[in-house]
Amino acid sequence: MAKVLILGATSPIARLLAAHFAEDGATLYLAARDTAEAAKIATDISVRTGAVVHSGAFDAADFATHADFIERAAQKLGALDGVVLCFGTLGEEDAAQIDPNAALATIHQNFTGAVSLMTLAAHRLEEQKRGFMIVIGSVAGDRGRARNYVYGSAKAGLHTFTQGLRGRMARAGVHVMTVKLGTVDTRMTWGREGTLLTISPTRAADSIYAAYRRKAEVVYVPWFWRPIMGIVKLIPERMFKRTRF
Amino acid sequence: MSSAAIPISTSAGSSGRPKRAKLSGWGRYPALDCDLYRPEKFSELASIVASNASSILARGAGRAYGDAALNADNRVVDLTRLDRMISFDPPSATLSAEAGVTLSEIIDVFLPRGFFPAVVPGTRYVTLGGSIAADIHGKSHHRDSSFARQVKSFNLLLASGEIRRCSREENADFFWATVGGMGLTGVILEVELELRRVESAWLEGEEIRAPNLDAALEAFERTDSQYDNSVAWIDCASGAGKLGRSILTVANFAPRNSLPPAMRQEPFAIQPKFQPSVPFDLPNFALNPLTVRTFNAAIYAMHRGNARPKRFDYQSFFFPLDSIHNWNRIYGKRGFVQYQCVWPETESRAGLIETLEAIGASRRGSFLTVLKKFGAQDGILSFPMPGYTLALDFPVADGLMEFLDRLDAMVLARGGRVYLAKDARMRPETFHAMYPNLPRWQQIKASIDPNHRFSSSLARRAMMIPA
Repeated sequence: MAKVLILGATSPIARLLAAHFAEDGATLYLAARDTAEAAKIATDISVRTGAVVHSGAFDAADFATHADFIERAAQKLGALDGVVLCFGTLGEEDAAQIDPNAALATIHQNFTGAVSLMTLAAHRLEEQKRGFMIVIGSVAGDRGRARNYVYGSAKAGLHTFTQGLRGRMARAGVHVMTVKLGTVDTRMTWGREGTLLTISPTRAADSIYAAYRRKAEVVYVPWFWRPIMGIVKLIPERMFKRTRF
Repeated sequence: MSSAAIPISTSAGSSGRPKRAKLSGWGRYPALDCDLYRPEKFSELASIVASNASSILARGAGRAYGDAALNADNRVVDLTRLDRMISFDPPSATLSAEAGVTLSEIIDVFLPRGFFPAVVPGTRYVTLGGSIAADIHGKSHHRDSSFARQVKSFNLLLASGEIRRCSREENADFFWATVGGMGLTGVILEVELELRRVESAWLEGEEIRAPNLDAALEAFERTDSQYDNSVAWIDCASGAGKLGRSILTVANFAPRNSLPPAMRQEPFAIQPKFQPSVPFDLPNFALNPLTVRTFNAAIYAMHRGNARPKRFDYQSFFFPLDSIHNWNRIYGKRGFVQYQCVWPETESRAGLIETLEAIGASRRGSFLTVLKKFGAQDGILSFPMPGYTLALDFPVADGLMEFLDRLDAMVLARGGRVYLAKDARMRPETFHAMYPNLPRWQQIKASIDPNHRFSSSLARRAMMIPA
């Protein structure tokens, strides 16, 4: 029985991923800032699947608490076989481009918080020489755009960090997967323009779980973002800076 | 490094952005602009309701046909993301779940454990909240009454921001005004529902071919005491001696030991079926008197013999139309109007004849027409009453609204009424005359929501609440 820690468990994708793990017999610890919601989701998954699901509080940006938090979660689970990083926020991009505090907040929520938690978790997984880590990034991290480069740069950092960690963890037999997510129909994108390529959280979670099962390394969800971003990355900077992506 | 000093931008507890959206019900008529929210956390919902911006209405799966889940130029809160199950107690078969949970999910989770909702409508894709608000009914109404009968309690978020537990004992007035109250008393949050025990995913019963209306009514009267579920498909395109010819389907859930030995091992397993989809709107002329007549004659002809014992899987028995995704598209871009009415028992036969004749004379074929006998009913604004109900669907076309006004007058003259969850056009004076308990409901509504913060396009059109 896998013991899986899900960070940022109140997002729709995290909830659906958790349900996939539960259906396959995993024991879960759902961590989120909004503990009331995390508890509701834990109960829901438990009623639906019969799995044992714990829940508790964590704050990605409160670095000082991370070591204790990981320890507590592992204790509650009895072991730690996998970590799924689902937290992240678009933040207030307009504010973030003017106010350094807002910019740093976005970076902490999406990148430095993840660095801190992944470093702690990686140590455990490496020592026990088994386990996995799933990291939810974004296609926004593939190229900086005028519209959301603060968020995008945090995700780019996350991708690179995860990439390096994958190499280190490979030696210990630990599977590290990067997910580059396109637009998904959640509160993050609700009411925003450009929803032509948007997919449902169910489809996103199904693809991510399938990719995890076949031990993918870097996966675009949905798949068509790979060719799209492949082309986007080829556009010369001189032209790209004038586009309205 | 501690982050305590760094303000983290957070949207927890905020109401999020609304999306201006053209919404419609399942009939796709009317389509109206609403400010749509879709909270993913309870705290978001609470702050949307707390804001005084404009009137507000909760919406479930959008399976009501007309304008019941619309609130033109006002706020609509889609509750489909608040769909968590809270607890299940097998000895009492009681499930607690948030209002956004659908019957489909309940069936998926609990049928393999031997439980099924006692009342299901013709589609499984409805939410608990919507089912209570419309007090929906199903093929077991003559036995189990409507949806409210299996609801033990629910929590209601009021305009004041308070949450009240409502049941037959606690806040009983709120309970009965919310059941069938079309979402106008508050937001239904969590529901306590009693499921029924079943031994298999199969039903056993009969298909009875009735050559005319009297034969159909006789078959209902004869079989309803034997079967928990009954419904008739009725050919509304034939007249004279064949008027009201029907195929009646009646069945009970099959006990495990009545299944063939091979199926007894896995009594809850049914084969998933291919589910076609209607990928685009058919042109408006696709449904015309000729195609409707041909389709209905073909269905009747397919059922040979008088009475045949049959075994049905629950999906094809309860939810035949769910097997075609987006079937509402066959009615074309203009959409369609469902018309469901009921007559008191003594007036049913005359009402049915008069209505079927009027439809025949109008040459407005109803593609699928359903006949069903209702049983006892509670609930202040609930639609059913003991007697026969007829459900018809008409593509939106010139002259349709006038025609339906005529049907209204005929139904009203016999003491019958029309179903709000399917309605898109009834006149307020008709509605008021058909629902004699309305003043009592309005009194409770005024006490629970004095400023009418909860409203809907239906509520304003039918003048359920003061203008």
